[in-house]
Amino acid sequence: MDDIIFYDRLQFAFTITFHYIFPQLTMGLSLIIVYFKWQYIRKNIEKYNDAAKFFMKIFAVNFTMGVVTGIPMEFQFGTNWAKFSELTGDIIGQTLAMEGLFSFFLESSFLVLFIFGEKLMSKKMHFLMAFLVFFGSWASGLFIIATNAWMQHPVGYEILDNGKYVLNNFSAIFNNPWLLPAFLHNQLASLTTSAFVVASIGAYYILRNKNIEYGKLFLKTGVIFGFVSSVLLIFPTGDWNAKNVVKYQPASFAAMEGIFDTEKGGTEIVLIGQPNMIEKKLDNKIAVPDVLSFLTYKKWNAEIAGMDKFTEDELPDNIPMLYYSYHIMAGLGTIFVAIMGFALFLLYRKKLYNYKSLLWAIMFLFPFPYIANLLGWYVAELGRQPYLVYGLLKTSDGISPTVSSGNTLFTLLGFMGLYFLLGLLFLMLVGKTINQGPKPQNI
Amino acid sequence: MEIYWYIIIAVVLAIFFILDGYDFGVGIIHLFFAKEEKDKEVISKSAGLFWDSNEVWLVAGGGMLFMAFPKLYASAFSGFYLPLIIVLWLIIFRAIGLEFRNKINVQMWKDFWDKAFGVSSLLLALFFGIALGNVVRGVNLGGVTNGVSIYESHYFFLPLWNSSFSPLSESPGVIDWFTIIIGLIAVVTLAIHGASWIILKTNSSINKKLISVIGKLNIALIVLTVLSLIIWNLVNPNSLDNFMDKPYLIIFPLIYFTGLIGMLFQRKIKKDLNRFLLSTAIILGGITSSLASMFPIIIPSTNSINEPLTIYNSSASNYGLSVAFIWSIIGLILVFIYAIIQIRFRSGKIDKMDYGH
Ligand code: HDD
Ligand code: HEM
Ligand code: HEM
Repeated sequence: MDDIIFYDRLQFAFTITFHYIFPQLTMGLSLIIVYFKWQYIRKNIEKYNDAAKFFMKIFAVNFTMGVVTGIPMEFQFGTNWAKFSELTGDIIGQTLAMEGLFSFFLESSFLVLFIFGEKLMSKKMHFLMAFLVFFGSWASGLFIIATNAWMQHPVGYEILDNGKYVLNNFSAIFNNPWLLPAFLHNQLASLTTSAFVVASIGAYYILRNKNIEYGKLFLKTGVIFGFVSSVLLIFPTGDWNAKNVVKYQPASFAAMEGIFDTEKGGTEIVLIGQPNMIEKKLDNKIAVPDVLSFLTYKKWNAEIAGMDKFTEDELPDNIPMLYYSYHIMAGLGTIFVAIMGFALFLLYRKKLYNYKSLLWAIMFLFPFPYIANLLGWYVAELGRQPYLVYGLLKTSDGISPTVSSGNTLFTLLGFMGLYFLLGLLFLMLVGKTINQGPKPQNI
Repeated sequence: MEIYWYIIIAVVLAIFFILDGYDFGVGIIHLFFAKEEKDKEVISKSAGLFWDSNEVWLVAGGGMLFMAFPKLYASAFSGFYLPLIIVLWLIIFRAIGLEFRNKINVQMWKDFWDKAFGVSSLLLALFFGIALGNVVRGVNLGGVTNGVSIYESHYFFLPLWNSSFSPLSESPGVIDWFTIIIGLIAVVTLAIHGASWIILKTNSSINKKLISVIGKLNIALIVLTVLSLIIWNLVNPNSLDNFMDKPYLIIFPLIYFTGLIGMLFQRKIKKDLNRFLLSTAIILGGITSSLASMFPIIIPSTNSINEPLTIYNSSASNYGLSVAFIWSIIGLILVFIYAIIQIRFRSGKIDKMDYGH
């Protein structure tokens, strides 16, 4: 691979991974805050309002980080992927510009009013502010995923003589069959992340014997939201996404499932195994026969194309990473359901708050939904390779023609340094907020 | 359609420079004039509460530029690669300074982030001015050397500077003595703007002093303006043509000079808001006059081989622009409504306001 393409990709991967740590929490958390606010209006118990305000503090720090790391994302389309921007700007420019106009304005305007304006308005108005923040952040997710969905499965375009892709059907972008399943799966995944964070803080308070009242509330809320969202993540949305990949990106599906050879009559599902790219097989494999065919086509003997059906340059270039990302994501998803299911069962039997070992587990589990989320994106993005826009534009044809690899390496190193600092500060501040706890007001 | 989008994007970016401009200015003033902790705190707060909703204008402007003029976006962003990435780093650094300063109550912590906020604001103002200077001066489109383009005709790549620092060379760098002067104009203008904002929004103890600071800066600005106009004509000899052809465009320089001259009498001003409006006029007039003098060119070419980038040869398809026209009207109305709601809740001095702290 050429240096320049490698650095461009690495820089994009690094900066987007860092950016996506923050929005996944804010999108999910904003919904949980709306829930707390709603409970406060319904039951009129201060505790719920304090909970909403406490999480708003964590939200605000995350939001700031989301904004400052998001601006470089937008710029990078022009700086590092100039050819891509020039050729497809007519289409993806639409969704990106709409995101700015319709969601960022909404979110940031009402966030300020939510945080500072409680005394200036009625309870219901304040609830409305929380709702608008939630609405803005989900709309932003929708627009950005519409952008990505177009890159995964381009629709509503035509190609001009000069090679440009221009829009010819605006509504097709939003009716893209890739969009809805990806959006739902992604939003549920962010909800999972924030439910785990909420539950984890709750478990921490209970174990430390501090802010117990809040600890119980957080744990309960987190467990309920966490269970529901992680179940929905697997079925129907995970399954639905997988069907889309088979249908529209068969090469990518073969690679992520680790199917080297097309099997006659029924494909096995691989649970564990390491892709061996030299001998083109899986080492140390544990697999269940025919299940994958059934899951995909509801027929035990349906044929699924393996990697042998595709030429070298139709296949993704980093198959092992794609394969691991997919299997770790799906594996974690199963574990989440199991743990949250067990916690829910104990909650129902009223034993959860005393079951110390589970509380410890929940407390330490919060990084894993982040990992699953990021890996899920790796599946999508690595699977799209070698194309930047699937089937149309190769990644190597999208980079900026005038920027040299030395310059990209320089900026990549700069981003790494700066983001390291940002990460440290972020952890410090969130840690401090959690330690202070949700003080009841007027004290 | 192109003209509609050109105007909308210009307006959005001008609003960005007016809104975020004051908090860059606040940073500059903070760096040089705020001495007591109490002042430092209110002054940084007068920017800190608002930077985020101000920066949205940049994000939105960038998005619309991408949508309406993709070719320009691609060419300019990759051509100005290094300065843009440095600007990004500064924006990030500045935001952290503002957000995190008051989170930990240790003097050393606060001092560090104050400096970070001040220095990055100063550099950003300088860079934005330099950027405007580059756009006025033009770039070596196609990277022409010895009469041959080495890139496609609408691409270029600018080093940060070249050894001559001259704006008149065939392939100038980002920083030369012309763009530096425009950069200084931006710094001085935004400092004035920021000082007016502090006076308007706070009761800090240096407000009196700031009035005389504004006075001095204003003189400096007048000198710089005259200087830059002379060089401007040297660098871009056609800069007056548009004003000759379409005399009504004179309104834009008039706005600038009204601000500039009006500011000479600012000591007599009774309402602080009026001072702020004058500095707003300087920024607005400055940006719009530069754009008006170049229209419809956006990035001039310094060589005679490749055509400049104009709003017509860099725009998106007609269909795309027309669909976007419809949703943009809806979007802009919404933004207008949010702005009104915001202003209703946020007027008044910061230090008197109860922001729940
Ligand atoms: C907490 C996070 C999380 C969890 C537990 C799961 N996913 Fe996921 N998955 C995501 C988070 C995610 C994601 C980050 O949100 C992705 C990336 C793009 C998207 O829309 O969602 C995604 C994409 C994604 C795709 C599309 C890949 C592509 O576009 O090429 C498939 C097929 C699945 N997932 C399937 C599953 C299955 C079968 C799971 C469970 C057994 C599962 N996911 C659990
Ligand atoms: C939804 C909005 C997104 C868009 C428009 C987008 C777009 C892009 C683009 C333009 C590239 C560079 C070209 C390439 O290597 O193919 C890329 C690569 C990449 N993106 Fe995304 N991306 C999005 C979301 C994400 C998210 C949330 C993540 C996860 C953390 C992610 C992870 C990656 C990775 C790892 C690469 C590098 C892939 C490689 O080098 O093979 N992306 N994406
Ligand atoms: C390449 C892709 C991406 C680009 C260009 C991008 C751009 C941006 C920008 C410019 C901001 C700051 C907005 C502001 O000023 O308020 C931002 C924040 C945000 N982004 Fe991204 N982003 C990308 C990927 C993603 C992805 C994949 C998601 C989620 C699905 C996402 C969700 C958000 C959200 C919800 C915010 C609001 C701030 C927050 O809640 O933290 N972005 N993004």
